[in-house]
Amino acid sequence: MARRRLAVFVAAGLLVALALAFFVSPEASSKPDGLNKVAIDQGFADKETAHRTADSPLAGYGVRGVGSDRLSTGLAGVIGVGATFGIAGGGFLLARRARRRTAAGGVER
Amino acid sequence: MHIPDGFIDAPTSAAAGAVAVGALAVCLRRSGEMLEDKEAPLAGLVAAFVFAVQMLNFPVAAGTSGHLLGGLLAAVLVGPYLGALCVSVVLVVQALLFADGGLSALGLNIVNMALVGAFAGYGIFLLARRVLGANPGGVVAASSLAALLSVVLASVVFTLEYAIGGTGGASLGRVAAAMIGVHVLIGIGEAVITGLTVGAVLAVRPDLVYGARGLRAASPTAPQAATVGG
Repeated sequence: MARRRLAVFVAAGLLVALALAFFVSPEASSKPDGLNKVAIDQGFADKETAHRTADSPLAGYGVRGVGSDRLSTGLAGVIGVGATFGIAGGGFLLARRARRRTAAGGVER
Repeated sequence: MHIPDGFIDAPTSAAAGAVAVGALAVCLRRSGEMLEDKEAPLAGLVAAFVFAVQMLNFPVAAGTSGHLLGGLLAAVLVGPYLGALCVSVVLVVQALLFADGGLSALGLNIVNMALVGAFAGYGIFLLARRVLGANPGGVVAASSLAALLSVVLASVVFTLEYAIGGTGGASLGRVAAAMIGVHVLIGIGEAVITGLTVGAVLAVRPDLVYGARGLRAASPTAPQAATVGG
């Protein structure tokens, strides 16, 4: 029961995150953020070097090949939400299992 | 707040990378000890939510935007150790997939956004909660205040990093003043988003808010807090 309620909560939370990423993120301000603005104003913005993953098909929060900016940004957001959920949730489970194996093979705790 | 490659020199970036790796190793061990398997989807949800909300840049001043950093929010929801890990996952995904935040600057960004928010921020949260009251309202208010201060602190830490290994020779005083000034404004946004989110989770599942756990066990003077939501 408790487990099912947790699943409902996580599913609802994920829906909120997906909705924000897909529907709201295309409306976000595209002005430079605080740090970038300071870098521009204080004259060190030109020290930025090319990003090593600038060739990523998702670089700059868009999906390469998708014509509509709205859709491109929204889809990139959905992919990012899925990736972070899977990596953080899955990584945490894997770390716990590795830990249990180590504990089982080692000293009783 | 994502530092691109080139703003901070390689030795300073590498040192921050070493700090980040060491701190995250501790976080992994501690959160593995303290938490149960059922918290895995919660960790995923916190990372996914922080990712989504980080995309929502809001205007803060003429020609400038800001977005949630999320370190303090994650710490209040799932604890500082797991919270720092969640935000670090977000930063790694952003750098690798979305070309946001430099690869060599990843350690700096983890220090500024994950570690400062989750640990310094959570320390401020605990102090503020003691003053503001060990009840749901106090938890929300303390979260908001700590969120604001953690963003300002992150801008101070960036300035220190720039002082140690910054490129471009900008005046430190002016970088400090500009960084802190704009991040007070961004911090207000952080405070609003953090307060709304913590308040919403407290309303539906108060048992899932790590930052509200201690007050059930350790505050006999606030029995209401113990029974909210059942």
